[in-house]
Amino acid sequence: MAKEPTFETPKLKEYPVIPLIQEGAMQHIKPFVAKAEFQERLGFPGELVEGWKDVALNRMGELLSQYRSVQVFLDACVKCGACTDKCHYYLGTADPKNMPVARQDLLRNVYRRYFTLAGKYFPKLVGAVDLTEEVLEDWYRYYHQCSECRRCSVYCPYGIDTAEITMAGREILDSVGIGQKYSNEIIGKVYKIGNNLGLPEPALADTLEGLEEEVKADTGVDVRFPLDQEGAEILLVTPSADFFAEPHVDGLIGYAKVFHQAGISWTLSSYASEAANFALFIGNYENMEKVARRIRDAALKLGVKRIVTGECGHAWRVAYSFWNTLIGPFDFLDANYPQPQHICEFTHSLMKQGVLKFNKAANDHRIVTFHDSCNIARASRMGDKPGGQFVIPREIIKACCNHFYDMAPETIHEHTFCCGGGGGLLTDDLIELRVKGALPRMEALKHVVDEHGVTHLVAICAICKSQFAKVMPYYGFDRDMVISVHQLVGDALDMATTH
Amino acid sequence: MSVVTVVYALLFYLATAVLVAGLAYRVQRYARTPQPLKIPTTPAPTTRTGVVLRMSREVVFFESLFKGNKWTWLFGWIFHFALLLVLLRHLRYFTEPIWDWVTLLQPWGIYAAYAMLVGLVGLWARRFLVDRVRYISAPSDHLMLLLLIAIAGSGLLMKYVWHTDIIALKAFFLGLMYFDWRPLSPDPLLLIHLTLVVVLMIVFPFSKLLHAPGLFFSPTRYQVDNPRERRHVAPWAEKFGRTASSNLSE
Repeated sequence: MAKEPTFETPKLKEYPVIPLIQEGAMQHIKPFVAKAEFQERLGFPGELVEGWKDVALNRMGELLSQYRSVQVFLDACVKCGACTDKCHYYLGTADPKNMPVARQDLLRNVYRRYFTLAGKYFPKLVGAVDLTEEVLEDWYRYYHQCSECRRCSVYCPYGIDTAEITMAGREILDSVGIGQKYSNEIIGKVYKIGNNLGLPEPALADTLEGLEEEVKADTGVDVRFPLDQEGAEILLVTPSADFFAEPHVDGLIGYAKVFHQAGISWTLSSYASEAANFALFIGNYENMEKVARRIRDAALKLGVKRIVTGECGHAWRVAYSFWNTLIGPFDFLDANYPQPQHICEFTHSLMKQGVLKFNKAANDHRIVTFHDSCNIARASRMGDKPGGQFVIPREIIKACCNHFYDMAPETIHEHTFCCGGGGGLLTDDLIELRVKGALPRMEALKHVVDEHGVTHLVAICAICKSQFAKVMPYYGFDRDMVISVHQLVGDALDMATTH
Repeated sequence: MSVVTVVYALLFYLATAVLVAGLAYRVQRYARTPQPLKIPTTPAPTTRTGVVLRMSREVVFFESLFKGNKWTWLFGWIFHFALLLVLLRHLRYFTEPIWDWVTLLQPWGIYAAYAMLVGLVGLWARRFLVDRVRYISAPSDHLMLLLLIAIAGSGLLMKYVWHTDIIALKAFFLGLMYFDWRPLSPDPLLLIHLTLVVVLMIVFPFSKLLHAPGLFFSPTRYQVDNPRERRHVAPWAEKFGRTASSNLSE
């Protein structure tokens, strides 16, 4: 049963080529389904419910009345095709159902059949279809081949965001009892233990203690990694991968060094030891609020003045764009700082104040490029100006290393390509999809590697880091090429001059 | 009063009613549906004024489409602005005296009819030539283009080949507007042109032509990027979090 899947890694081409469509090319790909226990923990039915068709259509009707995005996006598409060559999964797989408009059509065609006059009376004419078991299976397959990266929304003349449709699709699937194992089990772990990885408090305390010793041995400086310290100035909320995964953990060391040099007290929380909020991926408001609320509770309990978020793409989207709405207002925090704040905003402002001194030569063995994460690039901001999410990380990188080269302009900033593993797809049962979806990013990387001898790909998101470390070897790159922004910071930070 | 006149008079009243009521219904539905979260595609403006500028660029220049696909943008832009000119030019059949600026547009409106055809043919060609666009095209997508081409084509034929009595036509439409019906000349080409326009008006609120009002209700475009400064709670979402805060010792 557990046979190693066989597939061919796409070839890296000199120039990106838009593939001709190959119908059904990814028909065989679908992630494992969540067990009843995990479905129920999130408030969903454990298995496919009786009369699922009515339940699904009811839920669709509810979503249409609750989300203007869903209602307008399902109506407004003119099938112009501008999005058809924008999705990394289409470019990597050639399956036409991975074209954003075709992915939306899976839902739109059913919407038309049951919710519009044209679809009720002339279904063939407008491509409306009945909701059948085959359609439901296609939803499950292809709404789990979208990383909700929003790249298509940049180019759509009406701003149609396929992520919203994918989320609606997953929400409907959950409502009839078919959830994805990976995302839903992870949300369950957050409720039960406090983080995605299921790392309990003692293990976390142990890990942090180990890190203190490691940094002491490396630098001779007593950099602290406090946990549950009441009265600290800052609560750091970071993806739990930062606690032990490679290369993430070196980023965490970087944050700690920055806090140390700034002389500002901080703490992690064992109760809210997770910045990630996978409820975003399944498009479920209630669960997203519940996951986020742990952070507000922890901040109140610990009596902190500020909340800072670590390097994580979708977590920053939820924090920046949704926290104030979901769990705000943050009137109990220091009004002098934006709430919440990204670790890059924090480091950047210290840098501007001259609090941090860098020895750039420490990174001279690295020639780096930067991967804009989709959720940071297209669904959030840093600083007070639009586009700060592109400028701030780059200014930090350039301040602590001498050799920086951007990838091709059509693959960075708001045009950035997803790593191929976002949106709840970072699971081994989707490895073929992940490898193929990484193609556009790998091609852009190959270009700067050949042209400038780039040795490192700097990422700012836990999912990007894990995904790249896993799939880059398929393309002949070393997995150690991936590093955190704050690993560069930590390595270049002059720790001799203490605050 | 001929049967033709009565039928077309009634058809135009019906089409206008369907167009106006249908659009009003959709627009009020869009307006009434809340958007529970802030989802502008960033980088996005941080002020209301910035959003007005962003929307204006979308409406006037098709900014996003320009980023997306240059051919579609070119044909699409040509078609839409030619259509606008043609529609404005047609105001001369509904106003007496004709507004000065409509008179000024007159010569441009004629060229615009050709431009409109060029745009439409270009857009239709993509539906055959590009495999990806062919895949996503439903019969209605082809028919919509055919309808618009037929409207433009029949209009041009009337202008240059089989003329119609344009004075009488104007009297007919003014008569419709002031409820003082005048006869419609039963020229076949004119009747074809008018029938197609009636079809377009009726189809509008039930089709993808809703992209016109839709753009103004697209949260990724109209929302201001200020979620850290302003909360954005939808009425239906207020119940969540009311039971907060969750029990820390669970």
